[in-house]
Parts: sequence; C-alpha cells; structure tokens
Amino acid sequence: MYGWEMLSFNIHDGFLEAIVRGNRSGLLTAADYNNLCQCETLDDIKMHLTATEYGPYLQNEPSPLHTTTIVEKCTLKLVDEYKHMLCQATEPLSTFLQYITYGHMIDNVVLIVTGTLHERDVNELLEKCHPLGMFDSIASLAVAQNMRELYRLVLVDTPLAPYFSECITSEDLDDMNIEIMRNTLYKAYLEDFYKFCQKLGGATAEIMCDLLSFEADRRAVNITINSIGTELTRDDRRKLYSNFGLLYPYGHEELAVCEDVDQVRGAMEKYPPYQYIFSRISYGESQMLDKAFYEEEVKRLCLSFEQQFHYAVFFAYIRLREQEIRNLMWISECVAQNQKSRVHDSVVFIF
Amino acid sequence: MSSDSSSWERALVQISPYTFSAIGVSVLDAAWGIFITGSSLIGAAIKAPRITSKNLISTESGAFDSYYMLKLLLVELARLGVIFCEAVAIYGVIVAIILQTELESVPTSQMYAPESLRAGYAIFASGLIVGFANLVCGVCVGIIGSSCALSDAQNSSLFVKILVIEIFGSALGLFGVIVGIIMSSQATWPAKA
Repeated sequence: MYGWEMLSFNIHDGFLEAIVRGNRSGLLTAADYNNLCQCETLDDIKMHLTATEYGPYLQNEPSPLHTTTIVEKCTLKLVDEYKHMLCQATEPLSTFLQYITYGHMIDNVVLIVTGTLHERDVNELLEKCHPLGMFDSIASLAVAQNMRELYRLVLVDTPLAPYFSECITSEDLDDMNIEIMRNTLYKAYLEDFYKFCQKLGGATAEIMCDLLSFEADRRAVNITINSIGTELTRDDRRKLYSNFGLLYPYGHEELAVCEDVDQVRGAMEKYPPYQYIFSRISYGESQMLDKAFYEEEVKRLCLSFEQQFHYAVFFAYIRLREQEIRNLMWISECVAQNQKSRVHDSVVFIF
Repeated sequence: MSSDSSSWERALVQISPYTFSAIGVSVLDAAWGIFITGSSLIGAAIKAPRITSKNLISTESGAFDSYYMLKLLLVELARLGVIFCEAVAIYGVIVAIILQTELESVPTSQMYAPESLRAGYAIFASGLIVGFANLVCGVCVGIIGSSCALSDAQNSSLFVKILVIEIFGSALGLFGVIVGIIMSSQATWPAKA
C-alpha cells in the first residue's frame, strides 16, 4: 500500500539506500565538468579526475593514456559499486538490481553476434563488452549461426531466455535481423521490468513506471527516426514499440506511419512532456535530439532522489553514473582529437 | 483437549495483563523507531562519518555500553537536552509506574460494582492510549530521523532544521502521556465497606 512502506522498508533495504545516496553525492558536479572541459591533454583530465572519487582507479595508469582506458576504469568503479550493493541486497531488491543489468546483457549479446558476423576475433569482442552485462557462457555466442541455435546453445540458461519467445526464427543472422532482434529483446525486457515494478507496488511502482515509460517512448522515437528510409515495413516497426508508456497506443499509430523527422515532430508535439523537448530543436535537425532526450532523462532521474523508501534510487544512480561515463568519454575524445570547441555539444550536466 | 479455535483465545486470556500495559507497547515502538533511524544512519555514515554523533540524538540507543558512547551522549544531552526515540520508551516507563500506584485490590463482593469497573477500565484505557500514542510517535520520529541522517550526510546545515520536525513528532507521545495520566488519576476505587 502506498505510504505504509516507510514502516518496514528500512528493515532490509535502509542500509543500501543510505549507501546509494552517499554514492550519489560523489557524482561529478558542474564545477568538475568545467574544469575537465578546460583541460588541454588527457593527462590533465587524469589529474583532475584523481582529485574526485575516481582517484584510486586512475592514479596507477601509465602516462600515454588512451580515452578507452579512462572510460574502462570509470566503468570499473561503477561495476564495483554495483556488485557491492548486489551482494548485500535481499529479495526483492536483488532481483530489481539484476533487472537493471539485463539491458547491458542484450547489448553484449548483439555486440558479439554482430562482431562474429563481420569475422572479428571473439576475445577482442569480449573485451569490448560492458562488464555489467557479462554472463558465464557469453563466449559461446560466437558459434551460433541462426537465432534458434543462439537460443538453444547459449541463451536458454540466461535470464534473457523468456524474452526470446517473440523473436525466434530460423532465418540466418544478418545486420537487419540483428537490429530487429535487439529491439524485440529490449521491448520484451522493458515490459517485463515494468510488470515487475508494478508488482512491487508503492512508491517504487509509481516512480519506476514513470521512468520506464519515458525510456519506452524514447526508444519508440529513436526506432522511428532510425528506420526512416530503410526497408523496415510499418507493421514491423509497430511490432517493435513497447506496450506501455505515454505514447501507447495512439502515439504508436502515428509514429508508425512517419516518413521523416518533421512528421515525427508533429506526432510528438501532441504530448506536453515531449513537446518541450522537440521545441528546443530547430526544424530538420535530429542530432540534438539525443542530447535533449538525455537531459530530460537526467532531470527525471534526479527527481527520483527526492523521495525516500523506494528502489528507484538504485536505478537512477546507475543511470546517472552511465551518463557521467558518457560525458567523460565525450570530453576525453574531444580533448584527444583537439576539437575542444565541440565539447559542450554533448555533455549533460547532472547538477 | 481444547479445539484449535479456542487455543488463541486461551493464550490471550492467560497472558498477564501487565504485558499489554503502557510499557510493553511503548518499548516496541521505541525499538521500531530506533531501527528505522539506525539502518539509514549506518549506511549514510560510510560516506560522511561526521553525522554519527549528532544523529545519535535521534536514536539515543540505551544498548550501547562503551564509555565513549556515554561521554558523547552526555555532551550531546548537555548541548541540546532532548532525547527522542528513547523518550518514547521513557514515557512508557513513567506511565507504567503511575498506573502501578493507582492499582488497588478490590474485595470480591464489590468486583462488579460500577465504580470498581469504571476504575479498572480507566486504568486499562489509559495504558492502551499511552501505548498506542507512543507507537505512532516512535515510528514517526524514526522515519524523520532516517531522513535527517541522509540529508545531514549531504548538507550539514539541514540537520537542525529537520531536528525541529522531529521535536513536533515527539509531541505526539507527550499528548498520549498527558491524556493517560489525566484518565488514570480519575480512577477512584470504591471505599472498602
């Protein structure tokens, strides 16, 4: 029941919630980002980062630094914190924390399958996988030839197994099918996560369902824009949209028939939360759309910290960390390629 | 011998009524409030160790026995002079002692006389009132104490402001104690004939 969770939440999860809130205070602030944006070389960036919470992870790196090293070490910090929380969590928080990583698992699976298709080495691909989404038999994904084999050999033992029922076909894997597979899996994952949060009830359900609806809507818009001009039919496109969210079902009808970005804009402007996003982008431009969506997401994630005694703070913290790592990657790349004027194009400030 | 449905009834009847007196429920909710605050305090203190001393005002746990804790408590008491969650249990003790002094034994002939029934029920109700008022008070102060610990870890200027909210919360227990004492003071037993 909404409101009565305050009485018993702290028995199992009070300690972890307090830890998450402590970790949140270690996120980089606008002042940190300003310092980082003014760096000239990657060594300067490393020096600034060692003064923040990333210190222990970066200070032992040898001097010719690579942007991928910085990103890898920062991701390692996130993974350490996540594992620390996961090993102390009890049900249902432990299931919730595991749900957060299924998105990364899907990305890793698609990465390996695509890489195998283009004949890359398996070990090289494994290094590029996101550490939060690793599972045991991931290396044997390289052996599969079509989706049925993929499922039978590897994925039936993973938590992703129930999401495959919608997309098992005997077709061979090629680029288009892999993208469709990725989006179908992600759709099933989001719907499953949504149902799980609703079952939890209380403040968790309310806040998580809002965050997940935004995620579903954002993916719908991205799928629409990315599939304009490809051979994806309208019915196929509609099958990739999730069955919840603000845009379900009428927005999906409109998005399914869009043929260019302006039509998408027209369809989205009927929804007040998204109208604000689209009004900040001038006509015909879709590059800034990503940044606008990220900013909106960060705003909603920060709002979830305003309330106590629910699980959405864990989800929000991990997402905010990922956004921070994306920011660091962008800044490092701009500095490394000497294009500092473009640094502010894609950095989303969290505070 | 007795069937299943009456076994709970028998248990309830056989338990001494003193268990349900003010002190039983009050201590339960003092403990409830303390754990709510304590778990958040421990977690938040990992990143901000400075908050433990001030937030002990909220928990004021009597279970800590080390000399350091005692010294700290005295310092904090002298500085602010207020105890919160533990105060709830102390209210329970006070009212239990007061009710204890009100109790008198009544001769069997007058056991069901209206006056003795009234006195008995008044004392019982007074204990119930204090117990349940302290229940909500303890839970309330515990929840606010948890938020206080978390926000103090982020921004230390917030501590005193949220402490004020806790003071208002602990007034709930005080109301219960006042009403309970007034009710039990009117419990007059029949004069022994």
